[in-house]
Amino acid sequence: MRVELLEALLRARAEKRRVCLVRRLDGGGESLWVDGEVTAGPPLEPPLAAAVEAAVREDRARLVETPSGRVFLEVLNPPLRLVLVGAVHIAQELVPLAHRLGFRPVVVDPRRAFATAERFPGVELVDAWPDEALEALDLDRRTAVVTLTHDPKLDDPALEVALRSPAFYVGALGSRRTHARRVARLGAAGLSEAEIGRIHAPVGLDIGAVGPTEIALAIMAEIIAELRGAPLARRQPVTETVP
Amino acid sequence: MSTAEEADILETAVRWRREGRRVALATVVSTWGSAPRPPGAHLVVDEKGRMAGSVSGGCIEGAVVQAALEVMRDGTPRLLEFGVSDERAWEVGLACGGRVTVWVEAVT
Repeated sequence: MRVELLEALLRARAEKRRVCLVRRLDGGGESLWVDGEVTAGPPLEPPLAAAVEAAVREDRARLVETPSGRVFLEVLNPPLRLVLVGAVHIAQELVPLAHRLGFRPVVVDPRRAFATAERFPGVELVDAWPDEALEALDLDRRTAVVTLTHDPKLDDPALEVALRSPAFYVGALGSRRTHARRVARLGAAGLSEAEIGRIHAPVGLDIGAVGPTEIALAIMAEIIAELRGAPLARRQPVTETVP
Repeated sequence: MSTAEEADILETAVRWRREGRRVALATVVSTWGSAPRPPGAHLVVDEKGRMAGSVSGGCIEGAVVQAALEVMRDGTPRLLEFGVSDERAWEVGLACGGRVTVWVEAVT
């Protein structure tokens, strides 16, 4: 393999594109797939192109058999991001955990007393209003969003943007009752039942978490379950109504 | 496996090559059972046997480095299979009982 091909691959990755390196092990050389296009090497036969799409979607490298031999598909997707709305105590616990799990954390909070470099050293902080902030962050299929403020003025605008984006996970902190009121507000704001149904609430896997650190763990566990398509990530929609 | 870690290893391969070293890239392409590293894991080797990354918990790296040195010499890529039930001469058993296939090719 030419070093130039690896350089092109790393450049595309730095531009946050979805990348697949296609290597034909029984001869035929390599192709570089970037965001649906072959940017270097021979074109892909339609079945191979479909296999690449699947590998990229599932974010998993694999060996595939084709009529012209074995082909190894290697996926380098854009980095994972975790956008936290609310620079609160749980956010402080989530940041290092997310970082360790390979997510780049971004903390959004227009309240300057919360979103300080002292409370979040080295973390990307955005002090814009959450809907503007989330629009600017260009939420993609590799982004998870969690609202943590407990304040509808801040959480709701963030949720409206997140639920209409391709973000793979949207969670909202708050009790079942809080969530039922939230569902009603978002419905009144024009979000569809399917959009609202994407919210993971109460947020996090039910591990009986006590305190901010354990809640952060429950949230990250649920995000990973969703990312990996684990059955645990699926749950019954909240059916309780506001009394 | 984090994509970021693997991208770092590919960057190492590029850097070493640009420094003028001979470089081979080993990649796990398939696994069975409890192999320690998944498909897509890399090991970069230079002509002096220096390495970065990993394709196992350490049990097959020695054999992969040997193959990498041969690949650098003759330029022919190789597909290596490791596993407890493998009968080939260069076989190295994986302590965990898994099987793993590693593709080794030169970066030129």
